[in-house]
Amino acid sequence: MQALAGVSLAVEQGEFFGLLGPNGAGKTTLISVLAGLTRADSGSARVLGHDVVSDYRNSRRALGVVPQELVFDPFFSVRETLAIQSGYFGIRDNGDWIDEILHHLDLTSKADANMRSLSGGMKRRVLVGQALVHKPPVIVLDEPTAGVDVELRQNLWAFIRKLNRDGHTIILTTHYLEEAEALCGRIAMLKSGLVVALDTTKNLLARVSGLAVRLVAERVPGAWQSRVTSHEGRVFTLGIERYADLEALLAALRVEGIAIDELALVETDLEQVFLKIMGAGRALPGAAE
Amino acid sequence: MSRVAGAGWLTLLYKELLRFWKVAFQTILAPVITTLLYLLIFSHVLESRVSVFNGEVRYTAFLVPGLVMMSVLQNAFANSSSSMIQSKITGNLIFILLPPLSPADFFLAYVLGAMVRGIVVGLGVFVVTLFFVPSLIAMPHPFWALAFALLGSAILGTLGLLGGLWADKFDQLAAFQNFLITPLTFLSGVFYSIHSLPPFWQTLSHLNPFFYMIDGFRYGFLGLSDVPPSLSLAIVAACSLLLSLTTLLLLKRGWKLRH
Repeated sequence: MQALAGVSLAVEQGEFFGLLGPNGAGKTTLISVLAGLTRADSGSARVLGHDVVSDYRNSRRALGVVPQELVFDPFFSVRETLAIQSGYFGIRDNGDWIDEILHHLDLTSKADANMRSLSGGMKRRVLVGQALVHKPPVIVLDEPTAGVDVELRQNLWAFIRKLNRDGHTIILTTHYLEEAEALCGRIAMLKSGLVVALDTTKNLLARVSGLAVRLVAERVPGAWQSRVTSHEGRVFTLGIERYADLEALLAALRVEGIAIDELALVETDLEQVFLKIMGAGRALPGAAE
Repeated sequence: MSRVAGAGWLTLLYKELLRFWKVAFQTILAPVITTLLYLLIFSHVLESRVSVFNGEVRYTAFLVPGLVMMSVLQNAFANSSSSMIQSKITGNLIFILLPPLSPADFFLAYVLGAMVRGIVVGLGVFVVTLFFVPSLIAMPHPFWALAFALLGSAILGTLGLLGGLWADKFDQLAAFQNFLITPLTFLSGVFYSIHSLPPFWQTLSHLNPFFYMIDGFRYGFLGLSDVPPSLSLAIVAACSLLLSLTTLLLLKRGWKLRH
């Protein structure tokens, strides 16, 4: 089975880069190739110029990966887990940095607890800590906030933002598109192993032109049926070109005697862009080769 | 924070040691007690009925070095195989696949960890069995015994690593152990001298590398062996070298590790 079909992209140093796509799009495979967990049939991947196969020691030193699966070693405590992970990178006396990681991930009180006793969200945060113990210049986060509660998610993002400000390159995959929209400067969208979009977040948002209206009513006026972009029960989403169209819509509703339960203007978000691009499903020129 | 290039394998070794030490009742004490039960039962039943080395040695004195070596071998295999399969199945193997550890780092850490566990259990068995055969403390050739313990545990540690790499589930590893390791260990002369066997089975026993490990190790304790210890050492060393090179090659290819 082909998981990636000729992906070609470069992430610049210091970027906060998003990698989006539906399940099975090839995001995790791409990360696995970067991390040396999977070997590509052809082509090459480099981390800060170090080839992931021929110069794997330097490429892996430069990379910190938060895996998607919630995995842990049940024999060890949180601190032991982080100290052992440091040691794999040849790092000794890493206590100060480990303390800082524990603090930022709100795990200080659990430092000596066995990994088995932690909740799913805590285990997820230890995974983040393990990816950071060797202070990698490039950090890959594969669904890092799955199962993490809202408050801790905010703390985690504040910490990752700080690392990005300090010069770390961040590559993020997430199913929370609002996270990607808020955090990432540039985004690649993958579908069936192809890069179908690669642009700045701002430009991607601009691709979906116009406005949308969310209307809760029994039906929409006959002349507006073609403007319905989505429909679920009594909730309709209609596309409009300009604010003045709103007046025409209200007039049509009044003429046909349709009662409005709720009406709101919706601004373009990454989810709309994502749905539009995934719906189109073809590789964009220049985005893939 | 200080970085020591190429020192990652020492941490992996430390992790391997800590892993079995944290469950020492299961990994050290339990095998010592099991082996002690073998000694009590077999020596009670066979002491007066079996003659070994033309009656030069009591059966129990013959049995103890074999049991010690069997413990070394079985526990060395158990350590590396269980560590690898558990890491694969629980998924935490990723923690050692992401850092810049080389195939040689993997090999050294897993095999040395297995050797330490095997030898610690073997020492435990030896100390306990001294109560039954105190004369064994006067080993005529301790360095021969040490050489076979080191090479034997290295071979089984390597086999454990191979078994753990190969198996995708515990069931497969159990088959590897029950259909290969255990028969080769039990039929290697732990409980009998191969000279007591019919010629066909004697010949077959000579094809079992475990026989040379046990026989050579026993020579260190008794000064007596079924074949010359130098021949046993050469065969065991050759097996160790061959297995090590094969395993290193497979690790380099990322066999069953990197897809």
